[in-house]
Amino acid sequence: MTPEEEKLIRARQRSRSIVTALILGALVVLFFGITIAKMSGS
Amino acid sequence: MVALDCVMQASETDIEFVASNASLLTGETAANAAAIPADWRDFVALTKPRVMTLVVFTGLCGLLVAPGHLSPVLAFTAILCIALGAGAAGALNQWYEADRDAQMKRTADRPLPAGRMSRESALHFGVGLSFFSVLLMGVATNWVAAAILALSILFYLFVYTIWLKPRTAQNIVIGGAAGAFPPLIGWAAVTGSVAPLPIALFALIFFWTPPHFWSLALFVRMDYANAGIPMLPIVAGEAATRRQILLYTGIMAAAALAPVALGLTGLVYAAVALIGTGIFAAMALQVALHDEVDPARMGPEKRLFKYSVLYLFLMFAAVVADHWVMVR
Repeated sequence: MTPEEEKLIRARQRSRSIVTALILGALVVLFFGITIAKMSGS
Repeated sequence: MVALDCVMQASETDIEFVASNASLLTGETAANAAAIPADWRDFVALTKPRVMTLVVFTGLCGLLVAPGHLSPVLAFTAILCIALGAGAAGALNQWYEADRDAQMKRTADRPLPAGRMSRESALHFGVGLSFFSVLLMGVATNWVAAAILALSILFYLFVYTIWLKPRTAQNIVIGGAAGAFPPLIGWAAVTGSVAPLPIALFALIFFWTPPHFWSLALFVRMDYANAGIPMLPIVAGEAATRRQILLYTGIMAAAALAPVALGLTGLVYAAVALIGTGIFAAMALQVALHDEVDPARMGPEKRLFKYSVLYLFLMFAAVVADHWVMVR
């Protein structure tokens, strides 16, 4: 594996990690909202 | 989702008819895809985001006209689940069709045929997203909506992509049902059941699909031919396709006016349906009477294809507008 390929792999891993973290954060907010909405409805 | 594939293609109607020289999934590209992790943007591309537009819109309309109340958070979640389910189906479709996509100019640059992602990643992503969307729909709204969402994903993958598409020219007629589910899902998310109005909306999309798709197939037929997909113009010829477009437009017109005849909608929808469907029928007649084999000169066919997308947006917007007028 060339240094350029390794650099590309690291960059991809980093951007995927950031996006995954953002999605998980959004899901935390969403599930909290769903919970509140369900509790208010019942 | 089947029908709505074409939304994505709407901006690509200037497809060139070149013989396919796209790279197949060679050992080199497959190895490259396995060695270097795919970019997150490729996962987004796998969900066919442009296809989602009409899926989300028709699902939202089904949800808005349903009787009852759903909190904004749950309504948002329901629409999100419809979008994610459509994305999952798109990803699984691309996973299964990677080799075929490599042979069509329009699809050769997708993540899998271009070698930017391994097939295994696409499969895992599609299956995971399918389960997530269905489970979230069930937990957030109800299991009837979740079951219809699951059915639409399974129908798109197994009935349309795997079974019908490579085998019969009637692929999009039956397979079109997969793209007709969103209004049913939106309605079911609110009510937990189905009713005549969402079934009529299902029928509208179902019968709209053939004239929409075949008008496209007339002027991109070589692309389909290169990929070995038995679209109607290739199998039955152009004249038969033009007749079928007119025939299905007639059935679609009946489906479009059914809610009016059954008293399910009011004057706003009736006016839009009459005018909009009338224009559609006139354009379909023009296509039926047209006798042109050169795709570059297929003006009526391209106009019908573009108008058909606008038509479906208008019809569903009219259902919602009509509902609001009647409620007030």
